[in-house]
Amino acid sequence: MIRPVWPVVVLLLWALVALTASWLPLQPDRIALEAILHGPALQYWLGADDLGRPVFDRVLVGARTSFLVAGWVVSLSVTAGTLLGSMAAYLGGVWDRALVMIIDIFMAFPGILLAIALAGLLGPGIENLIFALTLVGWVGYARLARAQVLSVKRREHVVAAQALGTGTARIVMRHLVPLISAPLVVEATFGVAAVVIAESGLSFLGLGVQPPEASWGSMIRDGVRYMLVAPHLVLVPGGALFLVVLSVNLLGDRLRDHLDVRSIRRTMEQGTGK
Amino acid sequence: MPSYLISRLFMAAWVIFGVTSLVFFLIHWVPGDPVEVMLGESASAVDREALRQALGLTQPILQQWGSFLTGVFTLDLGTSLFYQQPVMELLNGHYLATLELAVAAFAIAVVIAIPLGVIAAARQGTAWDFGAMGFSLLGVSIPNFWLGPLLVMVFSLGLGWFPVSGREGAGAVVLPAITLGTSLAAILSRMVRSSLLEVLGEDFIRTARAKGLSARQVLIRHGLRNAWLPILTLLGMQVGALLGGAVITEIIFNWPGIGSLLIESIQKRDYPVVQACVLVISLAYVMINLITDLLYAWVDPRIRLEHT
Repeated sequence: MIRPVWPVVVLLLWALVALTASWLPLQPDRIALEAILHGPALQYWLGADDLGRPVFDRVLVGARTSFLVAGWVVSLSVTAGTLLGSMAAYLGGVWDRALVMIIDIFMAFPGILLAIALAGLLGPGIENLIFALTLVGWVGYARLARAQVLSVKRREHVVAAQALGTGTARIVMRHLVPLISAPLVVEATFGVAAVVIAESGLSFLGLGVQPPEASWGSMIRDGVRYMLVAPHLVLVPGGALFLVVLSVNLLGDRLRDHLDVRSIRRTMEQGTGK
Repeated sequence: MPSYLISRLFMAAWVIFGVTSLVFFLIHWVPGDPVEVMLGESASAVDREALRQALGLTQPILQQWGSFLTGVFTLDLGTSLFYQQPVMELLNGHYLATLELAVAAFAIAVVIAIPLGVIAAARQGTAWDFGAMGFSLLGVSIPNFWLGPLLVMVFSLGLGWFPVSGREGAGAVVLPAITLGTSLAAILSRMVRSSLLEVLGEDFIRTARAKGLSARQVLIRHGLRNAWLPILTLLGMQVGALLGGAVITEIIFNWPGIGSLLIESIQKRDYPVVQACVLVISLAYVMINLITDLLYAWVDPRIRLEHT
């Protein structure tokens, strides 16, 4: 198997740009009338958009938007999902049944649809976007964590901890969660790709970050109108988005092979009776 | 079979009830007063109150919930605030368009993915395999709202083969269907490959080979037939993503389906229509999953016997 380095480089660049964008001398909102729809050139590396704003600067700011949203949504979803899923599975009984019922309902929605409706009704803005995507996102991790805990909760070290009188929270956090973290890490990696696409998708629909703030999705939407005269307005932000998502997916595949999650997955599917 | 059927139907009923209620409460809990949006800030207090009465918004929330649930089960989804037209009528014009798009996308995905997955599994480790899985990776990673405009650039603006947008003419569905179907094709080809690879390692395949069947017969008759089961379940789940993706695809191509209606009503704060659109898409998803599960049980006796 070939193991190219470039996905890692792309992701490091993405993170670096996102974290330093506030300090870089970027002018994503500078309007220059003489540069309207300018193609890529020496002064405008990646061209200028319909208001003459530099596409290069806006793509970097868009990187920050997607990184921020993906970071928040994935960490919040993984935390909430893991806690709820593993607690319910460990406690069993009513708790577990209640969680399964809730999971069943959430799984009955196409996730992005619920996010669209929620983000749309809450009104645009990055916080609402994060909230909507988290509300949809935690379910997958909860389901995975639950199934995993069900398969390991009868292990001897857990029984030993119980016999020693260890509290529930401590057993879950110290003795169960570390055991089930490998598949969750893989799931979270693919989750980053999904959230990056979802953020851009919602912004593409006009339900994400608001102008003049830049998102790759809203840049594509604005660019579509000028596809004939200025294709770079669609190609550049879309290319950046595609590159990041592709890199995350490649990394996820590699992690999955490395941590050998496939066989664990199978026990999980048996655990949920699917 | 009957007990499995009953338990599965029961679960579907519960999920439909849950989905319906969740949609209702989300919409009512979200800040923003529809009356304000409809009448504007200059409307008098009396007018507002009158409209609130007319919409039933003055009733206690549980009562509103009750009448909403009754409405759903009697197929009365209320009246559009914007068009002043029954929501069911509005939906009628749109769901066929979404159905057409989804079916076309599904067909494209199946036609691409099955040969691709079979070739990749049959020639595991060769250039064919790498090519097919490379395509799959690209397909999963390309967002449809980028793929759509790219296709338009090349095939509509460049070559002039298909219309840029809309639903007029026979070729209009091609680009939207490819846009929507690509990610499903990518995921499906992976599933076909891995499922088939697993089956090809079984003893009965060796037996089939040993008794002198041709490679093609082994692959199709003995391999693919048995690989179908896991593919079927996952396919049902993926249809949800397809329906969700349809919303964005419809916006890209100005396709007059439920997704376009949903986005339009979100912008107009037309709550009954938003509610109805989310509901219709979710119900479609629940039904598809129900049918898949029942099909699965019908094809595989182990499933239905587990429940007896």
